[in-house]
Amino acid sequence: MLNTRGLLPLTWLEIKIFMREPLGAIGSIVVPVLAFIVLGRMVPRGMPTSPTAYAGILRAGGVPVLVSILIANSAVLSLVAIISIYREGGILKRLRATPLRPPTILTAHVLVKLLLTAATMLLMTLAGKRYFPMDVQVPLLSFGFAVLLGTWSILSIGFVIASIVPTARFAQPIGAFILYPMIALSGLFVPLSAFPPVLQAIARMLPMTYVVSLLGGIWRGEGWVAHLGDVGALVLGFFVCTAISSRVFRWE
Amino acid sequence: MSASESGGQPVIRVSNIRKSYGKLLAVAEISLDVNEGEIFGLIGPNGAGKTTTMECVEGLRRPDSGSIRVLGLDPFRDVYQLQERIGVQLQQAQLQKRIKVWEAVQLWASLYRKKTTSAEQLLEQLGLADKRDAWFMNLSGGQKQRLFIALALINDPEVVFLDELTTGLDPQARRAIWELVRGIRDRGKTVFMTTHLMEEAERLCDRVAIIEHGRIIDIDTPERLVSKNCPERTVILVTEDADAATSFDRIPHLAGVTRGGDRYTLRGSGEEFVTDTIQCLSEHGIRVTEFRTVLPTLEDVFLTLTGRSIRD
Repeated sequence: MLNTRGLLPLTWLEIKIFMREPLGAIGSIVVPVLAFIVLGRMVPRGMPTSPTAYAGILRAGGVPVLVSILIANSAVLSLVAIISIYREGGILKRLRATPLRPPTILTAHVLVKLLLTAATMLLMTLAGKRYFPMDVQVPLLSFGFAVLLGTWSILSIGFVIASIVPTARFAQPIGAFILYPMIALSGLFVPLSAFPPVLQAIARMLPMTYVVSLLGGIWRGEGWVAHLGDVGALVLGFFVCTAISSRVFRWE
Repeated sequence: MSASESGGQPVIRVSNIRKSYGKLLAVAEISLDVNEGEIFGLIGPNGAGKTTTMECVEGLRRPDSGSIRVLGLDPFRDVYQLQERIGVQLQQAQLQKRIKVWEAVQLWASLYRKKTTSAEQLLEQLGLADKRDAWFMNLSGGQKQRLFIALALINDPEVVFLDELTTGLDPQARRAIWELVRGIRDRGKTVFMTTHLMEEAERLCDRVAIIEHGRIIDIDTPERLVSKNCPERTVILVTEDADAATSFDRIPHLAGVTRGGDRYTLRGSGEEFVTDTIQCLSEHGIRVTEFRTVLPTLEDVFLTLTGRSIRD
C-alpha cells in the first residue's frame, strides 16, 4: 500500500524553505518571466513561417515553447542541485531514518518543482496578457498542463543525473551539460528532418523532443489526441528514468 | 511490549554481523547485547566500525551476514515498524539550512503515529525554546546537537541511538549534553551510543564495548574494564625526606620508583597499592607536602588491549 504520511507537511515545508533561498524565488520565477518578456519583444510579430535555419523558433508558439522548456530545465537543474546538496549534507539520510518512505521524500521534491513551475507559468501568462496583448487564441490551460507533464517527465531525468553527480558542486554544470544539448536536438530550432539520420535517431530517444512536439502542437491548437504519441513517450520516459534511478540513486 | 519481552531481556541483540564496502571490511565480526534501560557505548578510534555497526542496528544498512534484533524486530525487514519505536541521531547530519527549529520539530512530529511528547515541552527541556524561530544554519554546534536530540526523542522512543553526539563541541556544551543523555536513561529509555572520547564513555556509559578493526575486543562496565585490564596504580608524592626511597622498597607490589628532585613517582599494581603506600609513609614517619594518585582510564585500557592510543 502506498504510504504517503508526511508528504504534504514535507512538501509545504520544502516550498517555504526554497522561497527563503536568496535565489530561490528570483531564479525560478522572476528571471523566467523577465526572459519571456525580453525574448518576446525581440521576435518580430506576425512573422510568417520561413524556411530559414531558425524556422522552428519563429513558428507560431516557438518563443512560448522555448521559455516553457527553459522553466522546466531550471526546475530540473534546481532539483538536481537540491538533491545533491541534501545528500552531501546528510539531510536525505536523516530524513530516511524516520518512518518516511524514500519515494515520499522524492515525491515531495517533484511536487515542489511542479508547483513552482505552475506558479511561474501563471505569472508569465499574466505578463503576456499585459505586455503582448495579441489576438491569438491559445488553449492556455491545456498548454499549462502540457508544460507540467513535460516537466514531470524530465524531472525523472533529474533524479538520474542527481544519482550520478559526484558532489553538489558538479550538480549544476553536469545537469546543464545534459539538459541543454537536449534542447538543441529537440527540433525547436532546427527541424528534426534537417538532422543527419544518427542525430535524428538520438533526438527520438530524448524526452525533450516530445516535450517540444507536444507543447508546439498544443499551442497551435492541434489538440491532445493528435499528440498521444508524445504523451506516451513522456510517460514511458518517466517510468524508464524512475526505474533507472531507483537502482542507481544514492542516499549518502 | 509485553512484560515477558522486556523482563531483563536485551532490547538489542547483534549476532555475528559482518559488513564490507567493496574491498574495505568495515565490520569483521560483531556480537553484542544491549539491555533495557542502560546506556551502552561502542568505543573505538575513527574507522573502527562503530557507525557501520550502529547503522546496521538502525536498519539504515544491511549487514552482509549475521542477524540483528531490535525490540524483537528485524531492523532491515521491519524498518518502518522499528522507526516508529526508536529515535536516531546520526553522525554529522545536517538539516535544511533555512528550516526553522519549530518547523523541524513539527515535521518530525507529523511523521510518527504515536505522539506522546509535546514538541513545545521538548524544546523547553532542551533549552531551545528561545531559538524556535531560528534557522538551522544560524544555530551553534551545541544547539544543533540539542535539536537533533529533540528530533530523536519526538516519538517518545524505547531505544535512542546517539552517534558521536558531542564531537566538535566545547567542554561546557559536552557536559550539558551528557546531563541530557542521563536524563533519557532516567526516564527508562535504552541508549545505544558511539564515541571516540574515552572520558565520555567513562562518565556516561553503564557498559561499553571496545571495538577495533571491526571486532569487539572487550565488553564490560568501564570500572571492570579498567580493573581487569589495567591493574597498575601510580602514586606521585613530594617529600624532603632523603631516606624516603629506601623505605618505598618495602611496599608490596611496587613495580618501580622514579625520582625527580623531591618528587617521587611510585608505580605498582593491585587495588591495595595506594593503601600500602600510605601505610608505608605513616610507618616511617615520612612527611609529604604533596600526594596524589593516578588511576588508569579507559584510554589506558584501550592502549593495553590494542597496543596503540585511540588518537593515533
